[in-house]
Amino acid sequence: MRNVEIYIDDEKLTVSEETTIMQAAEQIGIRIPRLCYHPDLSVEGACRVCIVEVEGSNKYITSCSTKVWDGMRVRTNSPEIRMARRDIVELILDNHPMECQTCERDGNCELQNLAYSLGVRERLYEGRRKQHPIESSSASVIRNAEKCILCRRCVRVCSEVQGIHNLSQLHRGFHTVVAPAFEDGMADSVCINCGQCINVCPTAAFLEKPHTERVWNALADPNKIVIAQIAPAIRAAIGEGFYLPPGTPCTGKTVTALRRLGFDAVFDTNFGADLTIVEEANEFAERLKKGENLPLLTSCSPGWIKFMEHFYPELIPNASSCKSPMQMLSTMLKTYYAEKRGIDPRSIYVVGIMPCVAKKFEIERPEHFAPAGYPYTDAVLTTRELIWMIKAYGIDFTRLPDGEFDLPLGFSTGAADLFGTTGGVMEAALRTAAEKLTGKPLTDLNFTQVRAVEGLREATIRFGEYELNVAVANGLNNAKTILEKVKAGEKQYHLIELMACPGGCIGGGGQPYPPPGYYVLDKEINRLRAGALYSIDEAKTVRKSHENPYIMKLYEEYLGQPGSHKAHELLHTTYTAREPKGIK
Amino acid sequence: MGAATAYYEAMRQYMLARRAQSGLNEKIIVQVGSATCEKAAGSEMVMREFQKLIRASGREDILVKQTGCTGRCAREPIVGVFVPGKIPIKYERVTPERVQVIFQEHIIGGRTVPEFVLDKKTKNRYDYVITICSSENCRHGNENPEELVEEVLAEIGVEEGTVRVFGSGCFGLCSADRVGRQHVMMIFPEKTLYTFQKREELREILRIHLIEKKIAERYQTRADFITEQFFSLYGDVAFFNKQTRLTLRNSGLIDPESLVDYVMNKGYEALAKVLDSGDPEWVIGEITKSGLRGRGGGGYPTGLKWQNAVTDNDDPIRYVVCNADEGDPGAFMDRSALEGDPFIILEGMTIGAFAVGAHQGYIYVRAEYPLAIERLEKAIRTARENSLLGENIMNSGFDFDIEIRLGAGAFVCGEETALMLSIEGKRGQPRIRPPYPTQSGLWGHPTVINNVETWANVPTIILYGADWFARIGTEKSKGTKVFALAGKVNNTGLVEVPMGTTLREVIFDIGGGIPDGRKLKAVQTGGPSGGCIPADKLDTPVDYEALAALGSIMGSGGMIVLDETDCMVQTAKYFLEFTQSESCGKCVPCREGTLRMLEIMERIVDGEGTLEDLNKLERLGRVVQKSSLCGLGTTAPNPVLSALQNFREEFVAHVVEKRCPAHRCAKLIRYEITDKCTGCTLCARRCPVACISGKPRQLHVIDQSRCIKCGECFNVCKFNAVAKL
Repeated sequence: MRNVEIYIDDEKLTVSEETTIMQAAEQIGIRIPRLCYHPDLSVEGACRVCIVEVEGSNKYITSCSTKVWDGMRVRTNSPEIRMARRDIVELILDNHPMECQTCERDGNCELQNLAYSLGVRERLYEGRRKQHPIESSSASVIRNAEKCILCRRCVRVCSEVQGIHNLSQLHRGFHTVVAPAFEDGMADSVCINCGQCINVCPTAAFLEKPHTERVWNALADPNKIVIAQIAPAIRAAIGEGFYLPPGTPCTGKTVTALRRLGFDAVFDTNFGADLTIVEEANEFAERLKKGENLPLLTSCSPGWIKFMEHFYPELIPNASSCKSPMQMLSTMLKTYYAEKRGIDPRSIYVVGIMPCVAKKFEIERPEHFAPAGYPYTDAVLTTRELIWMIKAYGIDFTRLPDGEFDLPLGFSTGAADLFGTTGGVMEAALRTAAEKLTGKPLTDLNFTQVRAVEGLREATIRFGEYELNVAVANGLNNAKTILEKVKAGEKQYHLIELMACPGGCIGGGGQPYPPPGYYVLDKEINRLRAGALYSIDEAKTVRKSHENPYIMKLYEEYLGQPGSHKAHELLHTTYTAREPKGIK
Repeated sequence: MGAATAYYEAMRQYMLARRAQSGLNEKIIVQVGSATCEKAAGSEMVMREFQKLIRASGREDILVKQTGCTGRCAREPIVGVFVPGKIPIKYERVTPERVQVIFQEHIIGGRTVPEFVLDKKTKNRYDYVITICSSENCRHGNENPEELVEEVLAEIGVEEGTVRVFGSGCFGLCSADRVGRQHVMMIFPEKTLYTFQKREELREILRIHLIEKKIAERYQTRADFITEQFFSLYGDVAFFNKQTRLTLRNSGLIDPESLVDYVMNKGYEALAKVLDSGDPEWVIGEITKSGLRGRGGGGYPTGLKWQNAVTDNDDPIRYVVCNADEGDPGAFMDRSALEGDPFIILEGMTIGAFAVGAHQGYIYVRAEYPLAIERLEKAIRTARENSLLGENIMNSGFDFDIEIRLGAGAFVCGEETALMLSIEGKRGQPRIRPPYPTQSGLWGHPTVINNVETWANVPTIILYGADWFARIGTEKSKGTKVFALAGKVNNTGLVEVPMGTTLREVIFDIGGGIPDGRKLKAVQTGGPSGGCIPADKLDTPVDYEALAALGSIMGSGGMIVLDETDCMVQTAKYFLEFTQSESCGKCVPCREGTLRMLEIMERIVDGEGTLEDLNKLERLGRVVQKSSLCGLGTTAPNPVLSALQNFREEFVAHVVEKRCPAHRCAKLIRYEITDKCTGCTLCARRCPVACISGKPRQLHVIDQSRCIKCGECFNVCKFNAVAKL
């Protein structure tokens, strides 16, 4: 790699020849306006907003896609280039609904911000506008093609990061639309509901299916006992919605806010996580003993589960039969808790506060309904939806005092907090499995070798006579890589943690849009959110799931042993192969 | 002799022997055009009629053959009758009825049927036809070499009406020692080729040949020039003999499905030469030296492109691709070439593959060209059977094969990156360049993409040499260019002319001028990516740079002639409509910008435009032009911008005076009945909305508020009393 000398707006700088004009300009403090560009996705060059003038070229050059060359002279600003950028953004706006004030993304829309900063103050070219119906067949993801500006970020994230290839462009020119194959509904497609399309969308062309209205109604219903449970990843990210720096832990404030909203009880999904670990560690130990259905594949991520059902149905026997922590807790709420409190489970309304939009699909799976026909979880709010409800109520979040979870289902160990980040389930499982397998107490609790910041990590862990090959994957393209190795029989893996979203739950499809200075899928923001969870873990005294006293009590009072018949009935689930249309 | 040349010679000798054995050389050959356009004009019926008559006559010395398109579209179907030793006669617009006459009179009776002869100028039956090269290089101060011949004919006392003299386009015979020194002339039916310098020499040739009826051997030249075969068939037709047929030299001459015909016309000699050279660098060097540039529109130097594919990479997998995704409205150059001479494309690609080290090639052809596909498939099969494709081609050890990929008719798939994605089975839309296909093309491997016409030039360059090729054309644009001549011109069709030929020569000398004596207004070149060149720039030479300077482009070769009855706003709108609907939808300026431009154009033709709209068109046009991702978008505004540049006053008339000067825009014209009206009531009776009133034998009146501008009154009035204003 050579260094070259270039001039940007007459300022001389030396950069590697592999640098793009956009990156070079950032080095001297110029952030060239952009729209379709995303640093973690392939370069599309479709929006043409990032154009610059390059001496010797009679065309404008896209700075995102063009590498520098020696002696290049770039002009990022001139009356012509400003006018061209303005006109290009106006062209996008001219084919976009004029309903900013009533749009879910009002105030955090990249197109809106761009139109403002580039000075589109009048419409010169307005004319026909595309018309598409809103597609809301999916339990998780709503597609609104009228708001789509065809930047293709969703298409790219769906194929390049998630390996699903569910979204692509159909038709052409003015009639181009992003949709699943054959323009099928998202519900009929191979969409795994991860919601990364929502995250990367600069506008509101993809949104989660809202559950806010039904939650408001439940809260207002005097006959309902409305219970909230919050996932570990929420506490690490919710503060961003109230302008707190990323990575600010907000557990206490969230609990207080939920009580203020009117929830009758606030429990912690972490309790479900501890329960999951106890069940899963037991399941793992048994498979290890019998040497069957290894590697064990974790089952907490509903996006990953649907991915497996579509694309790796042959690995269903390997998946842990444990329900996700949310569903375990919901089930305990409508059985154990209801019995203990002597209330009719039908009057309990369970709301999961999740970083995840796939959870909205998960609660509709028939396996997660009680035999009597009611769902264990009634609604799922994403972090974004909860932030909005807090704002709608008028709660001044940052000034709230810290609250405490209700007991018994609100107490959790540090291990459970780790569930929110990639490698966390593995780390929590190893803490319990090590003691279960060796019968000796574990001294060093931090398994840093499985913290898979780069998306895929493998490690070999030794406890006593056991040598375990483990792997951690987040983002389903990474999952594919490891599962192909499993299928090829390259290596005997024992335990694999799989999370659909990049970074794990902290990077989930329901997390807040990034604050200024960060971008969607930003590894830095995920690092900060994960940091919050690690700090919570380290601050706790009980850090191993099986040492959670309320879990022990639950088994004592209700479930018996881990893996007991009752535990199986209530805490375990089944999966169904869903071959994509046209494959079989 | 190298292995490939030995193979070629053996193949040729075998074919010659077979041909002699069959007695074909002594037979009367009836050649029927069989391209898609010819078939549409009824050539299949014509062919069947001939076959029927031949069977009925019991004659075994008459043979019917098919051939490709000659490019003389307006006169199809065209039938050639070749009687050994006689001037070949071409008949136009042949119908089964005409077949009866031609068969009886000409084939059986030996008498030409002058009234059916292609481009007939006279009823004479000539004994001789003389074509003399009158192209720029060969005039040598004689402004008109034809006149020189006519003068000398009169001097030696040749009877008027027995010899026909033509000035022709370049024979392609020019060589360094001849240029500027000698005239080249061919006399039919003997097809004797003479060169001479002085008037006295010409007199001697004509005296010996025409009076003594002997060959003037002293002046005869045996140089086989490239277009000889084509000239010997068509050299006496004005439409053809001003052309220089390099890439189309076999179209209309050979049976496109016959490898024998192709080989008899020097087919595969170039490939043998290349394979025996064993020197890819030499091949690339020749192409570079020839100055050949891409004929698909961009004009990128072909040799440089090939060089790019081999420099700085050691990828063992490389590809060559033939872009036959011809999609411009009204363009049919590539289709004709593929239908008329498929082997030349295969040979060109094989040479290119050898040069860049490719072992697999693809021809990307639109699915709407079924005949071209069928002939390509047959040609590929035949080539494989004869060791001209596949493993160990012509015993040289070189392996190469070709597959056909069908395009679904998206215009954008002619763009090279979109084309490659389409071949890979992905959505056909362009991607960012660089990397260029020569760096990272099909499946990430270096790929050379050239269009049909470019590939067709390759064997010729190898055969006749880069220096020879470089002498044809202008300084920066070498060789010839094929155009699809259409619109308001007498002779529509395919023409191939040397680069540097002026638009005037193409339109008036070859195209025969504008019908009905109307005035030429503009020439549209480059199809939807090109622009309109106004009449006062008619002496512009056809060359990449000269056309670009006028806001148009060479493009792949569409050329539409517009006359005073054409509205420039409508024309520009038509092309914009095309690109707008063909936009792939990937980048914003093209997807959204072309629609907004089109909406403005719609307003203008509807009389709802403003002067401000013209500024908006220019502003938006420049944004689309300068910031779109691919060539489709960057050229889409050209028709509008060049019309605004050259015909602004017509736009102004539309938006300010609400008037269409060409009387084309329905909303901007009105019909009025003048005092020439006799009160015959015909218009009132024919008016579909009954908005014309008036008593018999009295002046009629049109109710403008109800008139739908259908023009029926204008068309039916026998007294010219309805005026279009």
